[in-house]
Amino acid sequence: MSELKSGSNLEKVLNAGHFAFTGECGPPKGANVEHLVEKFKFLKGNVDAVNITDNQTAVVRMSSMAASALMVQEGMEPNFQMVCRDRNRLAIMSDILGAYALGIRNMLCLSGDHQTFGNHPEAKNVHDIDSMQLIRLVKTMREGKFMNGDDIDVAPKMFIGAACNPFADPYEFRVHRLANKIEAGADFIQTQCIFNMEKFRDFMKKVVDMGLHEKCYILAGVTPMKNAGMANFMSKFVPGMDIPDDLIKRLKSVDKKDQSEEGIKFALEQVEEFKGMEGVAGVHMMAIEWEHMVPEIAKRAGVLPRPQV
Amino acid sequence: MIVADRKSLEEILEMVEDCKKILIVGCKGCVTVCNVGGVKEVEILSSSLKIARKKAGIEIEIDMHTLERQCDNEYIEQIKETVNDYDAVVSMACGVGPQFLSEMYKDQKFFPALDTTFFGGATEHGVWEERCAGCGTCIIHKYDGLCPVARCAKSLLHGPCGGSSNSACEISKDTECVWDSIVRKKMEQGRLEDLLGVTEARDWRSARDGGPRRSIREELVQGNI
Ligand code: SF4
Ligand code: SF4
Repeated sequence: MSELKSGSNLEKVLNAGHFAFTGECGPPKGANVEHLVEKFKFLKGNVDAVNITDNQTAVVRMSSMAASALMVQEGMEPNFQMVCRDRNRLAIMSDILGAYALGIRNMLCLSGDHQTFGNHPEAKNVHDIDSMQLIRLVKTMREGKFMNGDDIDVAPKMFIGAACNPFADPYEFRVHRLANKIEAGADFIQTQCIFNMEKFRDFMKKVVDMGLHEKCYILAGVTPMKNAGMANFMSKFVPGMDIPDDLIKRLKSVDKKDQSEEGIKFALEQVEEFKGMEGVAGVHMMAIEWEHMVPEIAKRAGVLPRPQV
Repeated sequence: MIVADRKSLEEILEMVEDCKKILIVGCKGCVTVCNVGGVKEVEILSSSLKIARKKAGIEIEIDMHTLERQCDNEYIEQIKETVNDYDAVVSMACGVGPQFLSEMYKDQKFFPALDTTFFGGATEHGVWEERCAGCGTCIIHKYDGLCPVARCAKSLLHGPCGGSSNSACEISKDTECVWDSIVRKKMEQGRLEDLLGVTEARDWRSARDGGPRRSIREELVQGNI
């Protein structure tokens, strides 16, 4: 066990060598705290940390920092997502300080979906710094310095996360981009939802060959499909998403009412394989708007109880 | 060059709604090259406005004058005798034109007939594409001459992002992912290592974020050249 950088639960779980299991939760399109806390309940005790998305797909929602803080109040651990689309470096640094002050200990650094996807496509996009520079910045701040080199009075010690999409193009470059994120300061990686297992196996082989898994914890992204329609939609309309025809066929091969069970089965098979896959340190379960299924998925995946560290 | 699109006729009609007599000023610079504000386009706009106003029952008188350039006071001066004979002046130059005109002729009103879009060039007949955002500190030597600041939808310095697919940007299948091109070019040339490592955050002061910009060439100011 090495010295802890942030002391977050997620860091401790990974550091102790456990197979991590993280979840995801989107804040409400409003200030409905009750509904949000309701969703938290499905995740409590079933995952090590919960990603709180930051205006995902560029749709306005309650701020990820506020929702993360509400999660801390509930005695749970958030993974505060931050995108570079909506904030310049001043806002980014002050939000990192604020998040830390509110008890947030994990951060996921992202570029952010372009605002044309969202519900305010007229917005100006910021991108003062990019996700790589954000990772570097969170690390710099953890070491007690602002971007300009000034000292920070009580440094925000975050466990630094970054995303990786092995299914975006050009494929040959993806492993190098991952290496770059690790060099920038990422402590853990959560991948894009994996559906094409063959490609992911190949990707992880490259990761292991380069020894990247020894420098950083890699959590494989899993999203259970609710039905064949969802698979079709994601395949067609979500950029950088690789959904093999075989999977769509498999979902279609069963009755409509059984498709969600088939989707969960596939997800569980994936988790099983990831448990034994070299270089994979855990699973990031993104049950999109399906939080109530997480207890069942976690149970059937055999990842319960979560380790107490 | 600076590329622009013409505003819709409706929008221009609305600007000149209260005018009975206007002057349309064209420009022989960039907007002539991109077929949007030269002699020909001035004529087209003039006749379209006249026809529309005639139909509406309120005719309009229009004179035309296409200057060598509207970003140069030397040429702007050429309309000084007549500029105040009109209710308003419509400029068919890039956004610089109406402003140079407005600064020189305090008593006149100037309207833009164009939407100035970007610095770019024609990639095929009738198609122009953005290439530069005038950020004030050119860094494209690092990317083999391709610009991620202007051409990546997120101005990433470490791309391509997770939305890059089949060489297209996540914003649309018709938009090139410039990062895909940068990476492929580096790979083809066997210089991928150029893209490894973390690039410093940019100093945006040289871009518009630092306030309106100004270029001073001392030697010219002093009249030595
Ligand atoms: S780096 Fe700046 S100056 Fe150079 S091409 Fe890009 S936008 Fe233009
Ligand atoms: S897809 Fe390519 S061009 Fe588009 S935002 Fe991502 S890196 Fe930039």
